[in-house]
Amino acid sequence: MSIAILYGLCSAVLVGLGLFALITHPQPLRKILAFNLIGSGVFLLFGVVAHNGAAAGFGGDPVPQALVITGLVVAFASTALAVALLLRLFQETGRATLQSDD
Amino acid sequence: MALDAVLAVLVVGVAVWTVAARDTFAAVVGFVAFGLLVALIWVRLAAPDVALTEAALGSGLTGGLLLGASTRLGRTEAEATGELPGGLLQFAAATVSVLVSAGLIALVLLLPEPAPTLAPKVAANIAATGLQNPVTAVLMAYRAIDTLLEVMVLLLALVGMWSLAPDHLWGGAPGRREPADPDGVLTFVAQVLLPVGILVAIHIFWVGSVAPGGEFQGATIFAAMWILATMAGLANTPPVMRRSLRLLLIAGPAVFFAIGLAGFAIAGAFLAYPADYAKLLILIIEIPLTLSIATTLALLVAGPPEQEPQR
Repeated sequence: MSIAILYGLCSAVLVGLGLFALITHPQPLRKILAFNLIGSGVFLLFGVVAHNGAAAGFGGDPVPQALVITGLVVAFASTALAVALLLRLFQETGRATLQSDD
Repeated sequence: MALDAVLAVLVVGVAVWTVAARDTFAAVVGFVAFGLLVALIWVRLAAPDVALTEAALGSGLTGGLLLGASTRLGRTEAEATGELPGGLLQFAAATVSVLVSAGLIALVLLLPEPAPTLAPKVAANIAATGLQNPVTAVLMAYRAIDTLLEVMVLLLALVGMWSLAPDHLWGGAPGRREPADPDGVLTFVAQVLLPVGILVAIHIFWVGSVAPGGEFQGATIFAAMWILATMAGLANTPPVMRRSLRLLLIAGPAVFFAIGLAGFAIAGAFLAYPADYAKLLILIIEIPLTLSIATTLALLVAGPPEQEPQR
């Protein structure tokens, strides 16, 4: 088994785990965490594809690698915004839950 | 190979821990460890630039942000565990997740051989950029439009975050003012680490043209140093109304955009650089861009304005 396939399997498991956590965890913060797990899995999949594309003396295809760097920064920005929304909700209602009041 | 197998198992194990841990704080700590292990995977996948970004941003800043949030939410997080969904929903979620994983596994096993790659094209044209690090060349030249849009996204996220401020706090400084403790351990660590960290950040930024590193990695370390200074109470966050702060935030994207527009006149296309000046222009973009990204990242961690504005 090549390391590309090994880490490919790893990333597939991470996406599945993250998806499960995103659906089942009631706490919004845990959902944000799960969203980041899915992100890591997807980025690693990009890394595997980049690794397979090694050519011309580069260890991997630099184009997907650069896309992952862009993706990591955007994932951070959305996480920060989500956390800010959550903390504001907590400030307003004293609770941090997605359940409605009725 | 044995190392890779151990690493893969560890990463999945820590990921399971962050999902299964009862305590949110423990889960976030697990996530930080997870990020550092994933950075090692990136090294193994011959992507050191991504490894640096993952360690600094994916694990470090994101971890800090989530740790801060979990301590603030505190007790409510534990109470919410009572809202766990029923068995049927858990079963359905597990089924969907397993199906998605299985689909991805099939994709991984069926990846085309030989893999499609743009590496030869990058190698053929890299001389025209004057850079030697192919990832930086992609970020700053071939796919400069992605990078430009990305810094815009960062700014938009910051605008969105600031707009969450309650009316009476608008214009104040973000986050809480940390009291300075001159004899504290954190103050000492911050004082020792700050100059070193700033040098490391400049180095990582500067070597980005020839070796792993670049503006995002350097900017993240700058941001981390600034966050450390505010945490230790050595500095306060600037009020969001301050004009110099606003200028700092938009300087990078503005210079980037202006040079991109100038590309129409001097090289015939948006964001195109004339071959003779490519490296110089990229450097002129990168320096303000790094400062703008660092400021934006630090303010995204600091959060919306929470201190009374001084009028």
